[in-house]
Amino acid sequence: MADNPTPDITPAASPVKRKGVKRRAFLIGGVAIVGAGLFGIAIADSNAAKDAKARIAGKGEHVFATWLKIGEDDSITIYSPHTDIGQGSNTGLAQMLAEELDAAWDQVRLVSAPAEPSFANVGLGRGFLSEMTGQPAIINGVPASFLSFIARQMNLQITGGSSALRFTGQQTFQKVGAATRLALIETAAKRLNVPAAELTTQDSKVIHAKSSRTLRYGELAAEAATLSLDNAPKLKDPEQYRLMRQSIARLDIPAKVDGTAQYGMDFALPDMRVATIMAAPVRGGKLTSVDTAPALAIKGVEKVIKLDDAVAVIGKGYWPAISGLRALSPSFSDGGNAGVSTASIFTAHDALIAKGAADNEAGAGDVKAGLGAKPIEAKYQVPFLHHAMMEPFALTAHFKDGKLNIWGGMQDPLATKMAAVEVSGLDADNVTFHPMIIGGSFGRRLPMYMEIVGQVTKLAMQLPYPVKLIWSREEEVAQGAYRPQSSAVLTASLTDKKRIAAYQNNYVQPESAEDETVFPYVLPAVSRRHFAHVSNQNTGAWRSVNSTQQGFYNESFMDELAHAAGEDPVAFRRNHLKAGSRHMRVLDEVATRSGWGTPLPAGRGRGVALVESFKTIVAHVIEASVGEDGMPMVHKVTTVVDAGSIVNPDAAQAQIEGGTIMGLSSAIGEAITLDKGAVQQSNLSDYLLLKMAQSPLVQDIYFLNSGADMGGIGEPGVPPAAPALANALFAATGKRVRNLPIMTQAKG
Amino acid sequence: MAIQTSINGKTVALSAEPDTPLLWVIREELGLTGTKFGCGVAACGACTVHVNGEPTRSCSVPISDVAGKSITTIEGLKSADGTLHAVQQAWIAAQVPQCGYCQSGQIMAAVALIEKTGRPSDAQIDAAMTNICRCGTYPRIRKAIHAATGQAAKAAEGAV
Repeated sequence: MADNPTPDITPAASPVKRKGVKRRAFLIGGVAIVGAGLFGIAIADSNAAKDAKARIAGKGEHVFATWLKIGEDDSITIYSPHTDIGQGSNTGLAQMLAEELDAAWDQVRLVSAPAEPSFANVGLGRGFLSEMTGQPAIINGVPASFLSFIARQMNLQITGGSSALRFTGQQTFQKVGAATRLALIETAAKRLNVPAAELTTQDSKVIHAKSSRTLRYGELAAEAATLSLDNAPKLKDPEQYRLMRQSIARLDIPAKVDGTAQYGMDFALPDMRVATIMAAPVRGGKLTSVDTAPALAIKGVEKVIKLDDAVAVIGKGYWPAISGLRALSPSFSDGGNAGVSTASIFTAHDALIAKGAADNEAGAGDVKAGLGAKPIEAKYQVPFLHHAMMEPFALTAHFKDGKLNIWGGMQDPLATKMAAVEVSGLDADNVTFHPMIIGGSFGRRLPMYMEIVGQVTKLAMQLPYPVKLIWSREEEVAQGAYRPQSSAVLTASLTDKKRIAAYQNNYVQPESAEDETVFPYVLPAVSRRHFAHVSNQNTGAWRSVNSTQQGFYNESFMDELAHAAGEDPVAFRRNHLKAGSRHMRVLDEVATRSGWGTPLPAGRGRGVALVESFKTIVAHVIEASVGEDGMPMVHKVTTVVDAGSIVNPDAAQAQIEGGTIMGLSSAIGEAITLDKGAVQQSNLSDYLLLKMAQSPLVQDIYFLNSGADMGGIGEPGVPPAAPALANALFAATGKRVRNLPIMTQAKG
Repeated sequence: MAIQTSINGKTVALSAEPDTPLLWVIREELGLTGTKFGCGVAACGACTVHVNGEPTRSCSVPISDVAGKSITTIEGLKSADGTLHAVQQAWIAAQVPQCGYCQSGQIMAAVALIEKTGRPSDAQIDAAMTNICRCGTYPRIRKAIHAATGQAAKAAEGAV
């Protein structure tokens, strides 16, 4: 990944803890950024703004604060640094900016920002930093120019962390809209020779009601663009909203129902060839030898290219390329990883916990004393999970006249460009990445595991024609950046009043979950201990990241403790939540709305789980039974969400629906397993994803909108799904499933 | 020798090798990229097209099998004047797609189901709609199928 020098950016007075932030710091660009700050209004410094303007302003078009362009014809173009992967965030971002601008919605267009440093996403940096450090105060008062510099250094244009609306939207786009509106008003006041206070705005017009005069934004844009923008504009009172909090139809949907949406997979150039690739099946291995003749004998195959750890076949189309690849019998080394298996990893996990030397500890109170001699104990295990984005990786690259162009969909266009710069050895000015629509990602297309960028760059640099590199689904499954396989041993003790006296979560996975996961219960003594174990597999962020497995561990164990105490699982949780807290309100709502405690048909049970992730609290109550085939059947999911506030209610609901289904899918059937260091699953025929018939017929979803700080919405629906289902199956059958996937484990 | 077939009402002669899956000919030779590659083994349904009206996973059908047959892709679903098919309209009304990559296949499967059953029940939807959607749009797909077949009341009480 991009190997930029780390600027010395730690303010002298910042008492920032460093532990636990490594993963995400790396994740956003390979630079340790703890203690860095990003700014008040996320308007780039003057050099970046000038560069941005030069790149996007055409004749009769005027740029405001990098991200907004107003045409003299009243057109409004918003440049998004985020990739809309289907989560609706670009529509939401447009709503936020257009709201504060008082723009006419039908003239608003949203496009992808160029993958260039001048469009680095400074607002996002600010949001991540405040969340990572937990000390937002330290990021105030740092000059905008300095902060913009930092964001560009980090190649920050990422989509992830349920961040688009709450960080970019709130930290940047609303402010850009509001500041631009003020500049337009100021210009109109001068032109009409009236006090600015007498002017109002609506539908891309400035209105002087007294004299019945109006000026279009397009008429004002040229002059307004020369003004300095207010760095701290007052934002609207939510009661004035006309676009935000409305279920506006998503901008990207029409092209996705008639086949016209162009994904990276669909890109084509004249004379283009198609390549496909096979990397060492055992991660860490290298290509040792391959006889290329069998591939070259196939009609349409033009070339076989050997890379350090992979072999690629280039053909006239995908079919000859994949046929050629399948004809090969390449030999790969195993990098010393031939002994790695699913079982060996779990054995190593057990040994680490037994040894007891944690890599990271958090919590409070005297847990050892509290647990006593005979605590309640349970061990949970979860497998590697594959992202299974529906569009396999596909990038097209063309190297011609010293310039490299790449097309496709990645979660951080700017970091993609910089990765290609590094691999090609070209100057950044000679490398351009063209972002396209993404067919799913869920964390798979993040910068830290973009090996395809290096692969396609290496291929293109030695080919005289454009090449589209497509990963087969087999390659996609075998070479994932999986959610880590992880184990946890939870222990707790109960007082004679059915209260938890002490609670400990010993978990094993590559990195600490401490900075991302929230344990909402108030207990006298609690301890969370991380034991680090790394396998040969590439692991990374999988939708909702650590909150999935941690949610499963804690919410399953809370259920076990409730039963051990002989208490109702909702009542037991309530007894350990802070009275009047947002968590308690979400729990109470989900209990009421799900009919918790009311009779169910024979064989069915209800389970509850409550997880906060990305500042959003979600509780599911699931009604489930076990089918004749022994597999879980989910009949109904009732969900209550408190994300603080919502920009687009219908799009938010869609995210919670889909997140819940993805959580159920992983709980019921998904697992990547290893044998002799290699992945055993081959395709979607043996990596089992939930289908229509297995998904719940009824999903009742309610948003509380407590007014708390805006939380994320793309990820938080996932984590409570697995524990709520396991808890429901326990209620239905008396069988406690502690190892995922559930498959037929709850069968009678 | 070229294989003759009809795609979206037009007769075409295909020059690819006879063992080439229909999917790759549709995408690479004819440039109709609305039909998607997802798995290559008929497991996901992203490549679903109609062959003589039957929903067919085109990644696993060699073109030698479709000689003389009539194929419809997502691009062929609109009427001649550009009006979207009722199912496509229902998809927009229910705001079904998220990433959208599987939706051409989902829509083709749904159109075939509706043509066969008229007003499919939930059980018929479960049995016929086996295409995978990783974004989890199943409740909205169900709702859109009900809405497209005048079962709006059912849709309202149903998934969403």
